[in-house]
Amino acid sequence: MSDFKTLSPPSLPISTSTRREFIHLTAGAMSLVGIGTVAWPFINSMNPSADVVALSTIEVDVSSIPVGETHTVMWRGQPVFVRHRKPEEIKEMRATSLKTLPDPETDEQRTKDPNWLVVVGVCTHLGCIPTQRKSIQASNDDQEIGWVCACHGSRYDYSGRIISGPAPRNLKVPTYEFINQNAALRIG
Amino acid sequence: MGILKWIDRRLPFISLVNHELRDYPTPKNLSYMWNFGSLAGMILIIMILSGIFLSMHYIPHVDHAFNSVEHIMRDVNAGWLIRYIHMNGATLFFVVVYVHIFRGLYYGSYKSPRELLWILGVIILLLMMATAFMGYVLPWGQMSFWGATVITNLFSAFPFGESIVHWLWGGFAIDNPTLNRFFALHYLLPFLIVGVSIVHLIALHQFGSNNPLGIERKEAGDSIPFHPYYTIKDTFGFAVFLMIYCGFIFFAPNFFGEPDNYVPANPLVTPPHIVPEWYFLPFYAILRSIPSKLLGVLAMFGSVMVLFIVPWLDRHPVRSSRFRPYHRWFFWLFVVDCFILGWVGANPPEGMFILIGRAATSYYFAHFFFFLPLLSYLEPVMPLPLSISRPVLEERPS
Repeated sequence: MSDFKTLSPPSLPISTSTRREFIHLTAGAMSLVGIGTVAWPFINSMNPSADVVALSTIEVDVSSIPVGETHTVMWRGQPVFVRHRKPEEIKEMRATSLKTLPDPETDEQRTKDPNWLVVVGVCTHLGCIPTQRKSIQASNDDQEIGWVCACHGSRYDYSGRIISGPAPRNLKVPTYEFINQNAALRIG
Repeated sequence: MGILKWIDRRLPFISLVNHELRDYPTPKNLSYMWNFGSLAGMILIIMILSGIFLSMHYIPHVDHAFNSVEHIMRDVNAGWLIRYIHMNGATLFFVVVYVHIFRGLYYGSYKSPRELLWILGVIILLLMMATAFMGYVLPWGQMSFWGATVITNLFSAFPFGESIVHWLWGGFAIDNPTLNRFFALHYLLPFLIVGVSIVHLIALHQFGSNNPLGIERKEAGDSIPFHPYYTIKDTFGFAVFLMIYCGFIFFAPNFFGEPDNYVPANPLVTPPHIVPEWYFLPFYAILRSIPSKLLGVLAMFGSVMVLFIVPWLDRHPVRSSRFRPYHRWFFWLFVVDCFILGWVGANPPEGMFILIGRAATSYYFAHFFFFLPLLSYLEPVMPLPLSISRPVLEERPS
């Protein structure tokens, strides 16, 4: 018993508070990783499910849409305007000065084929659906020249670009391509 | 920390947590059998969370319920995982709670002054049974439908039974109104369980946990603070539990399930062999053992309700079976009896199973109404340790 002191371990050079802090930090970091790993499947379960994603591509027969008409099709639960534009509309849209536009984009950037305008028919302000806009000039009465959103008065031209009103951006152009020798359109 | 102090003076939440979860003095000799209460609480949280996410995709309508569950399994991101968590969680919840209850029976945790703590626990068990039963109906498979039919028809044994059953169904058979209300109640009851569990904890913290010796704490050295000693022990137990839980979720998710429940509900065809989930089997066996509709139903309900009066059936002054050599034997016989009842419940009611079922049912009630009261008077009172800190037979003042 007299040499009890020699049996006790020498005091460690490492400060115990540092070791304790290290353990706390490591355990805390590991817990966060663990919580994140478990939380992710739950959060992800609220994302669009496989059957919803599967509906993200539609095909539209455009051969029956006459010049000067807009057909509205449903894509991912939202309307898509498919407009068969008149030659004068194309000319006008291509001639528009970008300086006058809040969200400048050329008509060439927004269309793949100048005869067809494909835009998501959802106002970029707060999500309402714009309706056909008639010209206010008396000379071309009843002439449709684009869309207007009934909710807050945003006006769009026949390139789907915002002309005036609170909407910040042009109507969205979805991913699309022409198939079957331009007889049909695949959106999404 | 000024802000925290400011809040705590007005809303003493931090003080409450410190007092009840940190400094809370706990018997220093709790074994792993005392892990199961906090474990049950963790599972309850897991069940509520996974259930909320499932309900975002589930449709409580007879035309869509089965398909919406399949939609969860196939289309929803990680939907299969969330459903298997919920499914196997229900089963393991009962495992954990049954161990918790048997632990209470063995160590006499229900005895004075913890009778209300025990009764609140039995109320939680009843709520759990109702919740589990209604949850099992929601996938609208064959077992869902016919299980619901059989269980709700139990109430037809009582006077005005037909009216009661039609009221439960909201119609003349199990149908859409039944499914709708079961979904509503299945969502509601877990929150009631949370409420009763909090009251259960308040009652627990009044006198603190019982312990393997079954004696009250007498000196300062008998207690240790809850944190870190039992927080770490509960966390370790939870980790072990999670490994078993994940084993089922990922490797045998349908181990406890009935294949028939993957067949859509058909009100025109009853499956040849109706069995409830395993955790109801002993009660189901008791129901079938009695050849009278009303008496069978009463016996089945009675087999759970008898737990309410256990504190008054067992009047022996010693709590822990560690110091009750007779009760210890009867306790284990009772456990074996419950397993036998479960085994009988899983088999068709024919041949020897009828006989074994009747014997086991008789023994079940004899345990409570004959052996427990009898032992209260016949079993000798052994010398108990002076305190948790001192060994059993240290010099006793005579």
